[in-house]
Amino acid sequence: MIEYIPFIAVVAMIIIGLYTVVFRRNLIKIVIGISIIESGVNLFLIILGYRDGGVAPIFTSLPPGTSFPEGMVLPVPQALTLTSIVIGVAVLALMLSLVMHIYRKYGTLDVQKIRRLKE
Amino acid sequence: MTKIVKTTANILFPFTMIFGLYVIAHGHLTPGGGFQGGAIVASGCALLLVAYGSPWVFDHIKDKRLATFESLGAIGFITIGLLGLIFGAVFFGNFLAGSGSLFGTTPATGSTLADFNTGGVLPLMNFAVGVKVIAGLFVIILVMAYASSIKEWS
Amino acid sequence: MTFLETLLQQSPVLIIATPLLSAFLMPLVSRIHAKVRDVFALVVLGVTSCFVGLLASDVLSHGPRIYIFGAQNLSFPLVRILFEVDSMGVFMAIITVMLASIAVVYSWSFLHQQDGLDKYYTLLLLVVTSALGMELTGDIFNFFVFLEISCIASCALIAFWVDEGEALEAAFKYIVVSSIGALFVLFAIGIFYAQYNALNIATLAHLLQFTFLDKIVLAILLVSLGMKAGLAPMHMWMPDSYGRAPPSIILIIMSATLASVYGILRVMFTLYGNVLTTSLRFSLPAHVIIGWILIALAIVSILIGVIMALVQTDLLRLIGYAGVAEIGYMFLAIGTSIVALGTSYATVALHGGLFHILNDALDIGLLFLVAGAIYYVTKKRSLDDISGLARSMKFTTVFFIIGALAVAGMPPLNGFTSKFLIYESVYQVNPILSIIALLGSILLLAIFIKVLYAAFLGPELPELKDVKEAPRSMLLAMGFLAVFAVVIGLFPNLVLDTLVKPAATALLDHAQYISMVVGGL
Repeated sequence: MIEYIPFIAVVAMIIIGLYTVVFRRNLIKIVIGISIIESGVNLFLIILGYRDGGVAPIFTSLPPGTSFPEGMVLPVPQALTLTSIVIGVAVLALMLSLVMHIYRKYGTLDVQKIRRLKE
Repeated sequence: MTKIVKTTANILFPFTMIFGLYVIAHGHLTPGGGFQGGAIVASGCALLLVAYGSPWVFDHIKDKRLATFESLGAIGFITIGLLGLIFGAVFFGNFLAGSGSLFGTTPATGSTLADFNTGGVLPLMNFAVGVKVIAGLFVIILVMAYASSIKEWS
Repeated sequence: MTFLETLLQQSPVLIIATPLLSAFLMPLVSRIHAKVRDVFALVVLGVTSCFVGLLASDVLSHGPRIYIFGAQNLSFPLVRILFEVDSMGVFMAIITVMLASIAVVYSWSFLHQQDGLDKYYTLLLLVVTSALGMELTGDIFNFFVFLEISCIASCALIAFWVDEGEALEAAFKYIVVSSIGALFVLFAIGIFYAQYNALNIATLAHLLQFTFLDKIVLAILLVSLGMKAGLAPMHMWMPDSYGRAPPSIILIIMSATLASVYGILRVMFTLYGNVLTTSLRFSLPAHVIIGWILIALAIVSILIGVIMALVQTDLLRLIGYAGVAEIGYMFLAIGTSIVALGTSYATVALHGGLFHILNDALDIGLLFLVAGAIYYVTKKRSLDDISGLARSMKFTTVFFIIGALAVAGMPPLNGFTSKFLIYESVYQVNPILSIIALLGSILLLAIFIKVLYAAFLGPELPELKDVKEAPRSMLLAMGFLAVFAVVIGLFPNLVLDTLVKPAATALLDHAQYISMVVGGL
């Protein structure tokens, strides 16, 4: 059971994030919701990368007794997570700057009040 | 901000810088690399921004120059990839590894002291990414802080 | 090895590296002179087109190629990034570079009074890079990275007219939809990696077992890529951003959207190609269920696109809804070919669908450029404010008529061939679908005839007395698209035999794609 808790956390984070994006009316909260989804997905990738008894793939700090490279963990999920974090920073910065411009234009962050594009 | 904040920022800023640059430079040996180290350095710059206020920083650092550095970082990264194509026959080919020249030593396996002079083109790529991330993140923080510090927009 | 062979061997990566490097050179180049910057953008795309052409000529005659990053040969475990180029990828890459070159020529005069053009060209080249990357990559995580780059850069481009609140709103809507879509693609990739320890599309396709998790992944990938492609329930970002972005940018965003359509094709036919015929519950094979879901969404797209286009007064937004309908036609064909997998009319449907990707790019692109030309000379968006433009804008009127007839699928133009292939094959599955599709086309024709009367014919308005013809480079860009539309319409076999049929064969023959990588291990 204990090993399922991280996966439950992942699903919970994604659902909370989706709820925030769909039902909240404040633009900043929508941005926060997307960040929560992103954290959930990143957490998922990190959990996949965990191997019981694995060794960090640092070339020069291999503990004695472990063979190279079989004893090391292949750091692909970590690399994926880092890439996803980098992309997340860019998306977050872009969304926040859009929110700033929208606030400057309309003077409000309420989705209902700024909706000009209908139909 | 108050004098306390400014003094603390003055003391912390060099340490943040050195730590960030260490993470960039040792990216091929320890966890870390261009993006992580660049983010640390940029957070040090954000500390200055908080302590001294964005107009002060804006007077001292031009965002145009930062944008140039960002471009240079990206160009450097792709150029190293293309150099790999020329000297190593494939894009991103590690043509320096094991060559004995710059960053070209083959590291020993097992629990040894880290040899900085290894890794081939990876340290160079970390430097390029580091320059890009420092400039890019700092320009994001700077422009956003400046824009939100203005009370009346045009 | 001769120089040309080396160039050919390296061309998959050079196609990506050239626009990417130039994107970051652009801020430096544009400090020299504005003219240098404009020419530089076109030269870069020209060089990229040359590489695409070189690669296409080889792939079409000698089969797929793979390119390994950072190593000479494949080795186990397969953690290298691979590019795998087959006829389908090449077909999409040709569409992308063509649209991008035309957009650059168009934006020479369309945007010449704006500032911030160095960033505009940087972002434009980034979108081109990401679309090409999505089409050429053989690695599913790489696909996600390029998808995200295209989201970020397209969003910044949609908000190019940053002083208009509606543009900001459209850009925000776009980034919310597409970044959530991309995050779910990443989630799906994580599930794949957890099960099979692989990220390579060919390896994954080889290992795929169609477990319960794989079914979830298929649903996630279809929904999120369909969102990015503008399929029915999540189409609303499409008319918004198409209606508010500068028209030259729409062509670029359209190429990124079509790359998402390509993503769905790759997922359906290659990634799940081995297991599509497995039967699910009630002895129904998986491909029948998925195909019918796609057909249903496609029909909804066509109906929504056509009906909403009927009530629009904003010309760009109207064409945006027509674009939603066109996406519906593509998916109608794709769904039909999946439902009927293995029969002869499945191949015909796939030919129609792939051909329609090209025709949609040409026709809807042409209409957007015409609408942009009208906006450029009159500064008006609404159909109520423009009238009688045919007297002063003769060439633009001709281009509009060509584009409108092509979108509606009228005989001498390119839209006819692909739509005819679609009607013909859909009729075999269910005649009612064919009738709905035909009805949609007729309604599109009616809508564009209405626009023709409202905007071009009719009485001349006094405030539009001194309107001139659009500048030369815009006419040139529209002329290219119109000439392509007419030539492909007159000689459809020219494109159908050389590009579309090999692309369809590459999709249906997924064993070859898989064995290129798996066989080499």
